[in-house]
Formats: sequence, structure tokens, C-alpha cells
Amino acid sequence: MKFHGVGITAMAAAVPSRVIENLKYTEFFPKDQVKEVVEKVGIYERRFADEQTCSSDLCFAAAQKLILDNQINRDEIDLLVFVSQTQDYRMPATSITLQHRLGLGKHCVSFDLNLGCSAFIYGMSVVYSMMQSGNIRKALILDGETRSKVYSPRDRRSAFIFGDAGVAALVERDEKFDETTLSLNSDGSRADLIMIKGGGYRHMSSTETLRERVVDEYGNIRSDEQGYMRGGDVFNFVIREIPRDIKKTMAEAGVSNENIDYFCFHQANNFINAYIAKKMKLDVDKIPHTIEKYGNTSSVSVPLTIVSELKGKLDGKKTLMLSAFGVGMTWATGIVSFVNTKISNIVEVENGLPVDECLRREYTPIETGLEDIDSQSD
Amino acid sequence: MEMNEFIEKFAEAVDMDAAGLTPETEFRALDEWDSLSYLSVIAMMDEEYECQIETAEFKQLKTLAALAEFIETHK
Repeated sequence: MKFHGVGITAMAAAVPSRVIENLKYTEFFPKDQVKEVVEKVGIYERRFADEQTCSSDLCFAAAQKLILDNQINRDEIDLLVFVSQTQDYRMPATSITLQHRLGLGKHCVSFDLNLGCSAFIYGMSVVYSMMQSGNIRKALILDGETRSKVYSPRDRRSAFIFGDAGVAALVERDEKFDETTLSLNSDGSRADLIMIKGGGYRHMSSTETLRERVVDEYGNIRSDEQGYMRGGDVFNFVIREIPRDIKKTMAEAGVSNENIDYFCFHQANNFINAYIAKKMKLDVDKIPHTIEKYGNTSSVSVPLTIVSELKGKLDGKKTLMLSAFGVGMTWATGIVSFVNTKISNIVEVENGLPVDECLRREYTPIETGLEDIDSQSD
Repeated sequence: MEMNEFIEKFAEAVDMDAAGLTPETEFRALDEWDSLSYLSVIAMMDEEYECQIETAEFKQLKTLAALAEFIETHK
């Protein structure tokens, strides 16, 4: 997939204010075991959303920061894509509620994209395509996850990995952008490598799906409403498919390692990332990382790493390689043109609201408490 | 494949001393063995021998000799 004259002109990110220190996350496991896991995965801190904070609240804060810092006219935003697997409701789509909360016009096309770790690049492909074919002036990609709410703290295979964050990216058409090449892939035969089995319509929520139980010979405990990950098989999959897809996409784009300014990988864990970098003989100085301080934030990790680590480094024309993989399985690679992309400072969220009061915005509440009135007109 | 060399690489991946390891060693019984060593061993197999193995296949293998034989037949 190739695009010309379209790109990300500004980015912002938000994280919960609550910091989890992984070495002190010892409620359920002995200290020495925790230390061993933490050092292996290279994740020392993460951010956990509180009960009132959802992915949408993180994205709202990031979007407000983006709009205010760049003085964007809200009426010119014609497209909003919300990328997440931790949405507010089963319906309506969270993107629609964000259109309202952000005060965007009713002409704004809004929908959700339900994919995991590779989803930011999938989101780019959808938004870039719509930008190229339609008369959309400005588009927002809002990508947020609260994976801390998905996994059991008593399953050591996932308890130390995941964190929460949200990003906002502004996409515009501008001839200054060079070519962007994207490669998107999927393999549903591996759907059960990472999964939350319960709570959908195949295994609807019940006392059975909510029951916490010991799931393996190591004594890990979780319910079917919580996610699981078969780490060994994921790792196998990644070392086979990811280097191959990166090489293929770089060849399609006609670039080699020297032409890439930064290699931005999905922050799965440091073991995987260090292994890929070594296997592909990449220059570690060109690989920004945030795994140690934010953990694995699923699809947010690639754009969050850009916002966190590349602020002040995206002046002029830059070429970034983006690579991400995860639940599905899906995986994606991008050779992406960045030109003077404006990066805002990361903001924090507490109790569902931006800590910085300037970023807050009044809106009519979404849940009115009137759901039983006029129940005939569903 | 040289068996001693494979044992050295296995020991390095699992972060233990190679002394005491033999082709007959059942690696899951080692004190050092855990789910993290599993990741290190499959990384070593990929890196050193360009050999990739599924978890289901790995579960069938009991000894270092069996691991080495798998690599020989799947390189």
C-alpha cells in the first residue's frame, strides 16, 4: 500500500498519573521471582488507569492537548478513528462519544477500529486511504488502551507486562510528505495465541466466565473474562514473521537501513525487541524505546514511543520505520514520511479527567440516566 | 552438529554451568529451567541454527539429545 502527499502533522499523548513500580508489584508473587521476570522483560514502570479512567479519557486528554497546542479549528476535523480493544461500551462505538466530547461537527465521520498491537498502522492505512480519495480536511487517529484492566494480576505470564496510555495523531494532506509504504498482514489460524475468551457473544458473560481458577501447572490464576497470552508461541511467531515483513516492506519502499532515521518497534517486551534488533543487525541508537517506563501499551506503544522519545528530533524530512505485531495475529510494517511533525508534551489523566485543568472541556453527559424512558423507540 | 558445542550454547541460554549436562539430561528437571528459559532456548535455536520450533513440538522433546536431533532434522 503506497501513499503520497499525506502524513501525520502533529501528535500528543496522555498517560494515567498512577505509576506502578514493577519491582514492588509483589502482592501475589515472591520478590525474587518478580525480579527475575522484570529483568527479563525489561519493564520497570507502568501506568495504570484508575476506575474512572477509560481509554477514551486518555485519548480525550491527548486530543485536547493536540488541538490546543496546534490551534486546530475543530470544525475542520472531518474524520475521527478511535483505535482500541478496551472501548467504553459494547455500543455505541466510543469514537462517536469522543466526537461529542471533543466538540467536533456532526459532519465528522467517526468509527472504531477493533484491533490489537498492530492497530495504529492499520489506523494509518484507513485514514491515509480516506484522505487520498475524499475531500477530508483534517483527520484524527485516537488510539487508546487500558490493558491493565484486561489481564489478571495473578497470572505471571501477563501480570508484569501491560500498561495504559492514549495518543492523538493529526493527519493532513500536504505535498511536503514523501511516499509512505504500509504492509498489513493477518493470520487467524493463530487467533488463540492471545485471547479474552469470555464476555463476547460466543461465550457470553456468566458466573462461569467470571470464575477465577488455576489455569496451569505453574499455579497462575485468571478468569475467562481476562486475557491470556501464550508467550512462547508469540515469540516464535514474531521471530519468524517480523524480520521478514520488515525486509519485504523496505525493499518495496526502496530503502535500506541507512535511509531510516528511526526504527520504532511495538514495545512488547525488551526480550523480544532486543532479539529482533540483534537479529536484523540494527543500529541501537536509531531504536527509541519506552518499554522500561510505560510497559506494553498494545497499539499505543508505537505512537507513544514517538511522542515520548522523538520530540525535537522530527525537524525537517525524516523517514521512520514502524513495526508492530500482536493479537489476531496481525502484524504491520510502515516506512513512513514525517516532515516537521509537531510533538506535544505528554499529559496525565486522573479520575477520568486531564490533570491540567486547561485541557478539560464541558459537555452534556453521555449517560443521562434516562434509559428506561421511551423504551418502545429503541 | 557437535553435541558439546550445543550443550555449551544451551547452558549459556539458560544461564547455567555446562558442567554436569549430558545428552541424556532431561532439561525440564533442571533447577534453572522455567518458562523464561524456554524463550531463551528457542531464541538460541533460531539464532545459532536458524531452526524454529512450535510449542507443541517442543513439549514432545525431553532430553538435550532430542533437542539436538530436532535441530538436525529441521534446519
